[in-house]
Amino acid sequence: MTHALRSIAFAGFTIISAVASPRTFDFKDPKGVNAIQFQLDSVLEPIAGTASDVTGQVTFDSADITSTRGEIEVAAKSLKVPNDTMTEHLVSAGWVDAEKHPEINFEFAKLDDVKSAGEGKWTAVANGKFTLKGVTKDVSVPVSLSYLPGQAGKRINKPELGGDLLVVRGNFSISRADFGIKPGQNEDKVAPVIQLTFGLVGTAPQS
Amino acid sequence: MSEPAALPPVRTIAAWRVLLRGAGVLLALFTFCFWAAKGYHRGWTQNQVPVKQVDPVTELEFVTYEKRFVPGLDYLGGGILVGTLLFGATFVGRRSPTPPSA
Repeated sequence: MTHALRSIAFAGFTIISAVASPRTFDFKDPKGVNAIQFQLDSVLEPIAGTASDVTGQVTFDSADITSTRGEIEVAAKSLKVPNDTMTEHLVSAGWVDAEKHPEINFEFAKLDDVKSAGEGKWTAVANGKFTLKGVTKDVSVPVSLSYLPGQAGKRINKPELGGDLLVVRGNFSISRADFGIKPGQNEDKVAPVIQLTFGLVGTAPQS
Repeated sequence: MSEPAALPPVRTIAAWRVLLRGAGVLLALFTFCFWAAKGYHRGWTQNQVPVKQVDPVTELEFVTYEKRFVPGLDYLGGGILVGTLLFGATFVGRRSPTPPSA
């Protein structure tokens, strides 16, 4: 009897540990959905584009959201706007200098101000370090998180694979002058503030 | 009977000027019609058009690009400017007709 109780307790502990333990989510999306969208006002219309080559890992524990930490990297060469000439300018040395600074990076060690927004959903603030064109600055990014257990396989039409998804959305803005992007130049033509919006999904394999 | 008064010289336009004027007007007209036919896009010219899509499982909105040329106001302005310059060039270096001798 005692042996049976011990076995049940051990099994229960194992299951709880498996469910509640931190999981690492890979943000290189097999469907290529992940992207950072950017927008800056200019004459005629705002210049809007995307950076789609996103990689990185986030460690997430549904039982302890504040401990969420991770790093997201975006290849600077993947910046793209609908006009090819503008895209060339954007990645050139005068702007983000993708040749010399190939990575745009955001790293955070924990989440603050975590609030529940429904089952498996939270809002929080990720305080971390944002690096662009070789310049690193502290930024606070309001984010929303959605944890979708068991949806990873379904998303790629292979439900037998299982796996979990972590969806992270957020937006923030930066001043291009802070990152050495034409500080004080052409501000009448291209706004000094760049708005960044992201919707990213990470996958964790079935444990 | 006095001699009839000499007629003033007929003002002629060189053929190249006529052609250049026509080309300028045609270029401006073509640019406007092409821009209008492609949707009156009042932003920048686009070589690739962003298309918004939604991932059904995560409900994430993402952008893909469709290879398509959409002329913008910069294209329209450029075409009309070149057309006007062609038209205007026909007036450069043109000699004024000699006044009739008294």
